[in-house]
Amino acid sequence: MILRKHHKILVQGITGKQGTFWTGEMQTYGANVVCGVNPRKAGTTHLGVPVHASARDAAGQFDVALMFVPPMMARDATIDVCEAGARLVICLAEHIPAHDVMMMHAAAKANGARIVGPNTSGLVTPGETFAGIMPAFNPKVFQPGQVGVISRSGSLGTLVSLMLTQEGMGQSAFYGVGGDPMIGTTTREALEFLDADERTEAIVLCGEIGGNAEEEAADYARTMKKPVVAFIAGRSSPPGKKMGHAGAIVSGGKGDYASKRRALEKAGVRVADVPSQIPVIIGEEMRAAA
Amino acid sequence: MNFEEYVAKPLLAGVGITVPRSRLAEDPAEAAKAAAEIGACVVKAQVPTGKRGKAGGIKLAANPDEARGHAEAILGMEIDGHRVMKVTIEEQVPIALELYASIVSDPQSRSPMLLFSAMGGMDVEEAAETNPDAMRRRVIDITEGLSEEDAAAACAGLDLGGQEADVASTLVRLYAAYRMFDAELLEINPLVITRDGRVVALDCKLTVDDSSAPRQGEIAGRASAEKMSALEAEARAADLKYIELGGDVGILANGAGLTMTTMDAVNHYGGKAANFLEVGGEAYTKAHTALAILLKNPEIKSLLVNFCGAFARTDVMALGVVEAWKDLKPDIPVFFTIHGTGEEEAIALVKRELGIEPFDRMDDAVRAAVAATGARAA
Repeated sequence: MILRKHHKILVQGITGKQGTFWTGEMQTYGANVVCGVNPRKAGTTHLGVPVHASARDAAGQFDVALMFVPPMMARDATIDVCEAGARLVICLAEHIPAHDVMMMHAAAKANGARIVGPNTSGLVTPGETFAGIMPAFNPKVFQPGQVGVISRSGSLGTLVSLMLTQEGMGQSAFYGVGGDPMIGTTTREALEFLDADERTEAIVLCGEIGGNAEEEAADYARTMKKPVVAFIAGRSSPPGKKMGHAGAIVSGGKGDYASKRRALEKAGVRVADVPSQIPVIIGEEMRAAA
Repeated sequence: MNFEEYVAKPLLAGVGITVPRSRLAEDPAEAAKAAAEIGACVVKAQVPTGKRGKAGGIKLAANPDEARGHAEAILGMEIDGHRVMKVTIEEQVPIALELYASIVSDPQSRSPMLLFSAMGGMDVEEAAETNPDAMRRRVIDITEGLSEEDAAAACAGLDLGGQEADVASTLVRLYAAYRMFDAELLEINPLVITRDGRVVALDCKLTVDDSSAPRQGEIAGRASAEKMSALEAEARAADLKYIELGGDVGILANGAGLTMTTMDAVNHYGGKAANFLEVGGEAYTKAHTALAILLKNPEIKSLLVNFCGAFARTDVMALGVVEAWKDLKPDIPVFFTIHGTGEEEAIALVKRELGIEPFDRMDDAVRAAVAATGARAA
């Protein structure tokens, strides 16, 4: 699903420093923040919205949950929002213990919720709304347009969005899937959402070494009419090392750059060597499709 | 975090899995003394790698003299890049059957997974290729855990020498240990059935999820030392992710994805990246420390600073770099490209304080940083 203005957002950890800063930016941008959660400040108002002790206390009032919660508290916070009826849970925290992450995915599955992340920088629908820690409000980076951007990394997603904007191409949506190895919404699923989105005419897929998200996405890209262009970070990374993200590791010859590139190219996806080639290729592909 | 056998096996014993009697020895005399207590034994190198047997790091000894001799040969040996500092002296076990059992965190199902095979003892990856059907896989619902019935079903139909129930209960205990220690991987290879009908874990491999360290404090301190350079260790102590790559273009960027991309771009334009070093996320105020570490690498001929701020504010990171630059006065050229949150302030700061104009396009900054190394090398 694509984040829209009508989505009612609950922010866990709204009263913290980061929660306050980013929620304020989201509200200014147009995001529909309906309430927040902080057990110690229940009953107060923060940034003009009510603060609850738990998401359960706000059940029925929200459909999207955004978590500014430390990693060790993410499991319970996720279970709380899932049981309170969240449809979409955006989990920003990095370094959540993997066993907790598995519990979170189990809670989401049991309650019919979708998790984005963990370790995502969030979702942006330029000109409309955003949820997370992306500079949606920076017009040099994001402009409304027709290109969907999917990224495991927030910083790379920012760079690629900026490069598109520099070449006069805005974005229909930015989908941060997250840099963790066990994420709730995969690159392939994000690709499916953007494929189904009417405003999206072409898609940039920013992958990384590690795991098989790009290979799975390639399987779907093969069936698509909309052009897909990819960039995969980590071509020059040594094997066996975690490159910052817990998920960005080539181990036992699996998850390496060459096999991802091969899978994408075999599926008809052009792969850029450097991010600056992305707008050029997207332009060519969109003209060819038109 | 990886754990050596001598640390991991007592954890198995703690959940009721039988392990052979064992003593740790750091010199041949200790080894002989331990062998005198234990009797016929196995001398095993304690290093965090699976290639001990092939490298000659595991030897049978019938008596203390033989144990002393093997310990002399094995201690100090280098196996897969690890120097052997410790051996275990372990009782010999009469093996009837060798099995394989492990629990892993499976990214595909986002669940724990039990792997079980009646073909234990060998290299699992090799076995998976030659006989893929021999490995049984069972996804475990983490909210339910692994029941005796599930474990029994995973073993059903295999020849386990009549010890099906004991094997199943060992698997249940293995899962309990996996959960207790936040394991990514907990493996017993081989899990043996002895000629007298006992189920014994002859080896144990444990990898604990790094993110769980705050709540696994007790065992986290006993993890194997990782192979890293002095600078990598210094960065680790400062809570920075730094990896040496051997090139001469120093890289300072924010966020894992952008940092990898910057390395890739340096290589794409004919240069060689010196390092991975990201200051994003919670580390974004640590630019000063990061730069100081990076500049200690004597190979560096130019520095490329690439900031693309989202959560991380570029003005905060740039201030750290500018202050460090003025403080450390490095004798190499530096090239900036800065975008995203706080970019106006960051760019103005770099211009004002260092008299350097950041590049508007990342590729131009990368090309300039690469060219600078060539110019100096010539």
